[in-house]
Amino acid sequence: MRITVNGETREVAEGQSVASLLSALDIQAERVAVELNLKIVDRQAFTGTSLNDGDRVEVIGFIGGGRSDDDER
Amino acid sequence: MSDDRLTIAGIEFRSRLWVGTGKYKDFIETQKAIEASGAEVVTVAVRRVNITDRKSENLLDYLSPKTYKILPNTAGCYNVEDALRYARLARAAGVSDMVKLEVIGDEKTLFPDTAGLIEAAKILVKEGFIVFPYTNDDPIVAKRLVDVGCPAVMPLAAPIGSGLGIRNPYNLKILMEAVNVPVIVDAGVGTASDAALAMEYGADAVLMNSAIAGAKEPILMAEAMKYAVWAGRMAYKAGRIPRKLYATASSPIEGML
Repeated sequence: MRITVNGETREVAEGQSVASLLSALDIQAERVAVELNLKIVDRQAFTGTSLNDGDRVEVIGFIGGGRSDDDER
Repeated sequence: MSDDRLTIAGIEFRSRLWVGTGKYKDFIETQKAIEASGAEVVTVAVRRVNITDRKSENLLDYLSPKTYKILPNTAGCYNVEDALRYARLARAAGVSDMVKLEVIGDEKTLFPDTAGLIEAAKILVKEGFIVFPYTNDDPIVAKRLVDVGCPAVMPLAAPIGSGLGIRNPYNLKILMEAVNVPVIVDAGVGTASDAALAMEYGADAVLMNSAIAGAKEPILMAEAMKYAVWAGRMAYKAGRIPRKLYATASSPIEGML
């Protein structure tokens, strides 16, 4: 099935969970927040939330930034 | 100065200098400069994780949430909806309930959209966030932000990244008198004297990024800012002498030949 992760289309196995997606992407779950189709997925629900075809996933974290002029590193 | 702590919403802050983490050459420089500044609060931006290059390092590996208080911001948000989305994501990432709320009104000036700011602040306070609003130096807006539950306000000294210093010291003073919460002067500081001045006026803390990260020697400037904030704070507490037009001799006349 196809999902979109951070704006990029990706082919992933059917029934993959948020947790397994993060692990496949080599992302530490403790440091990020995940939004699935514009709804925040609770950290405790990463394992229990399975992804469906066409889902839009955002994985966000923290970067260097002070204020609005500091967007680019 | 170590006993002169700032408390906001029950949280005790060791340092009155707060710093941003943007614009540095690399994470090592970020880490060294922030260490030199003595700051405890560091602001960070909320962005998509780089999923294509997983070798890219994580800022929090260099600034441990165990050592620093991480203050996520909503930088780059131009409307209430985006600001709320970023704030909620920041909290979901699990480092803090604090958010430095920015609702920017205009790309050229990066001045806050204060109507949107008050609206967003009200919603986030209700959701249990500790909201630090980046606002302009308008005392009335500051009062409104306190009314909706902000435990501090962060007025600008000058446009973000401008380095112009405090452009309207009188407004800032009125603002400090108008609100009964801590005031953190944010944005526009160019050099150490600007930071000292903000503290002398009675600010409770100063937040800066560009003035340090953009200096020729960021680590040295970070240290200069640490002392500037200390000096300004001490001078404020000590109470300056009044300004007078004419001289007053320091040495006694008595005993002269």
